[in-house]
Amino acid sequence: MIKFTIDGLEVQAEEGTTILDTCRFYGIDIPTLCHDEGLTAYGGCRLCVVEIGEGPSAKLVTSCTYPATEGLKVRTHSRRVVKARRVVIELMLARCSSSKTIQDLASKYDVHKVRFKLKNENCILCGLCVRICEEQMMAGAIGFVDRGKGMKISTPFDIKSDVCRTCGACMYICPACNARCQGPNEGSATCGSCVTMTPTCLDHYDDAQCFMSETSCGTCVREDPKKKV
Amino acid sequence: MKLKNAEELRKLRESIKKESSKGKKLITVCSGTGCRAYGCEDLISAFKQEVEKSGLKNEVEVKATGCPGFCERGNIVVIYPEGIFYQRVKKSHVPDILKKTVVGKQLIDELLFLDEETGKKVTYEKDVPFYKKQMRLLLGANALIDPTKIEDYIALGGYSALGKVLSGMKPDEVIAEVKAAGLRGRGGAGFPTGMKWEITRKAKGDQKFVVVNADEGDPGAFMDRSLLEGNPHSILEGLMIGAYAIGASRGFVYVRNEYPLAVQNVIIATEEARKHGLLGKNILGSDFSFDIDIVRGAGAFVCGEETALMASIEGRRGVPRQRPPFPSDSGILGKPTNINNVETWANVPLIIEKGSGWYSKIGTKGSKGTKIFSLVGKINNTGLVEVPMGVTLSDIVFGIGGGIPKGKELKAIQIGGPSGGCIPKSQANVPIDYDELKKLGGMMGSGGLVVMDEDTCMVDVAKYFLEFLLEESCGKCTTCRDGIERMLEIVTRITEGKGTMEDIDTLNELAEVVRDASMCGLGQTSPNPVLSTLRYFKDEYMAHIKDKKCPGKVCKALITYTILDDKCTGCGACKQRCPQGAISGDKKKPHKIDPKKCIRCDVCYTTCKFHAIKKE
Repeated sequence: MIKFTIDGLEVQAEEGTTILDTCRFYGIDIPTLCHDEGLTAYGGCRLCVVEIGEGPSAKLVTSCTYPATEGLKVRTHSRRVVKARRVVIELMLARCSSSKTIQDLASKYDVHKVRFKLKNENCILCGLCVRICEEQMMAGAIGFVDRGKGMKISTPFDIKSDVCRTCGACMYICPACNARCQGPNEGSATCGSCVTMTPTCLDHYDDAQCFMSETSCGTCVREDPKKKV
Repeated sequence: MKLKNAEELRKLRESIKKESSKGKKLITVCSGTGCRAYGCEDLISAFKQEVEKSGLKNEVEVKATGCPGFCERGNIVVIYPEGIFYQRVKKSHVPDILKKTVVGKQLIDELLFLDEETGKKVTYEKDVPFYKKQMRLLLGANALIDPTKIEDYIALGGYSALGKVLSGMKPDEVIAEVKAAGLRGRGGAGFPTGMKWEITRKAKGDQKFVVVNADEGDPGAFMDRSLLEGNPHSILEGLMIGAYAIGASRGFVYVRNEYPLAVQNVIIATEEARKHGLLGKNILGSDFSFDIDIVRGAGAFVCGEETALMASIEGRRGVPRQRPPFPSDSGILGKPTNINNVETWANVPLIIEKGSGWYSKIGTKGSKGTKIFSLVGKINNTGLVEVPMGVTLSDIVFGIGGGIPKGKELKAIQIGGPSGGCIPKSQANVPIDYDELKKLGGMMGSGGLVVMDEDTCMVDVAKYFLEFLLEESCGKCTTCRDGIERMLEIVTRITEGKGTMEDIDTLNELAEVVRDASMCGLGQTSPNPVLSTLRYFKDEYMAHIKDKKCPGKVCKALITYTILDDKCTGCGACKQRCPQGAISGDKKKPHKIDPKKCIRCDVCYTTCKFHAIKKE
């Protein structure tokens, strides 16, 4: 067992676990958006940052990737951590302002104002859909395209994927789309828990440009698009 | 011919030397990328044809060498044994050079370098001020060897360091030597190289890798490029020594495909080395077996970051991952991996050959050896310079660089590429040293040095680097991807005259968080252009926000063009060239600019010979 402290509390963790695992075990709340227990850690959303080390060598690390290490001193809600999280939430809110998940986070962290231009996008590029498709569904149908400002999630060459089984896992796991449903037929939603079924890669619902739409995914398309014409 | 031991290597060197010292005249022509743009390939073939034509084939040898660094004055031709230095040589000069200088021993005055300071012409290469003030330990060989010929490198003592290591040094001794030399990583962060090697050596693993990071991508930087193009064997030799010390059996050179000549020369170099038994099994008769693969990158700036580079070598998307685990524990394919920059590897043979005692005498307390900078921007002598650590920035700019063109004032020096910072003129006497530069908010970086004069707008500079970084961010982290975009949004707003005082606070807060909470070096250093300009040029930000003026007269939204009645001769040159038809006026009478039509393209300003256009 590895012994270290979180917010002054002495904790124990098993070899191979992360700071985040330990925090969750002890009931310490750490917000995450790109993390899921069944998938490899990604460290992209930066919400789960915690402060480790002391003095000038103190630094922020993502708790979802940092291994539990003997003697580590972790601060989960220091001033520095909260400041970083608030800016991250503000950046996400400016990007996907209508996401309920992000709005809830904002209210929890007291972020009431967005100082940037609102972009009204759907996707926060957390990569959960890419990982679940590859690691759990063994399909690898979607991936990241481009980099920097132009990065998006799509199928190769933006065309219908041959390996996609339209299982809907990508939609099930998407954290940003909660309560953003624009689908006409909520009852047939694959995940069944939330009302939004817009996959992040679907730009325009009305045009049914989703790569899944040619088959009967049924979550976001009321009618068979072939009949539509 | 495969060399079986260090003794055979020595004999080969002797025989090459004997061959080359048969009293032949040697004409060297720079064939680096810069001079290729000047047309050096034609020049070289013209020299060869002319030599053939005038029947001098047995007396004169023409050699296409690597880049000596004085790019401003290309094409560069040096005639040995005298070392006569000709600059800005064109194809039409070739017959004259052969007839007058090589045969007739006369100098051609118009091709000699004019020293502005003394007003005298300089005859010999060694006397050119640009070279004289440098310490060219690494770059020096570039001008002497044909990079495609291993014999040239061997003749200069090449691979003798490898021979020394393999025939009598233990791996730990090699590491101790590099440690004692005080060599620090030349890629930017300055991590002690010996320590890095030791960590990778001690890491557990049946196979280990060593990598040359040649993914140089800073705007305006071409140091690594010139080393790879001009002297690839020095890097390979360094890599082999490192591999021996670390216990690696396989090496990679990760070079971007935008460097076609570098790719070509390094491939030739590995083939030549393999032919001579310097790569492969039981090198020089020892137990050490090692080989190198060349991996070409697709030109993503972020692939210069270690973990992204490794992902790219593995064939995955070039995206960094969170450390730990560090590459020394789990690198390529999960095996311990040691990655060093091109210039770092090139230093290694030198340290082994001449000893750590000699090497550690060069430089400052914390930074040893020399550093190559690519000197670009508003500077008279554009090119590559190699200086010992501890030399000041102003020594480089004014001593070697020859100052700012057109008698303008120095404003700032941007050092360290997009991750670095802008050092203001008032701090230009800072010595080149990893720690000193860091204190000033700059960074040694890989060696980009962009000189900026009084006509530069520092807010615009920050904007330029943010644009670059936004393009090159891998897009993984929210803080880097969205943070840079939002910083750019604010800075753009300021350059458009729409900024507010709150923007400065937001910018500061955002910059701090992006630095604090991003995953890799690119994200963590991406706010540096903003932070360093905010630190030293806050008044310029203020001028943009409060007075709605751009002091550097760059930001188009904040400048107006007017014609001064007393200076305008009514020649009509500006009117003719204005793309918008914004200028009106009768001949020989003062003209006027319609500010509504004017798109501030600067054409009238650069056209007017009478300084009648006022920019404010």
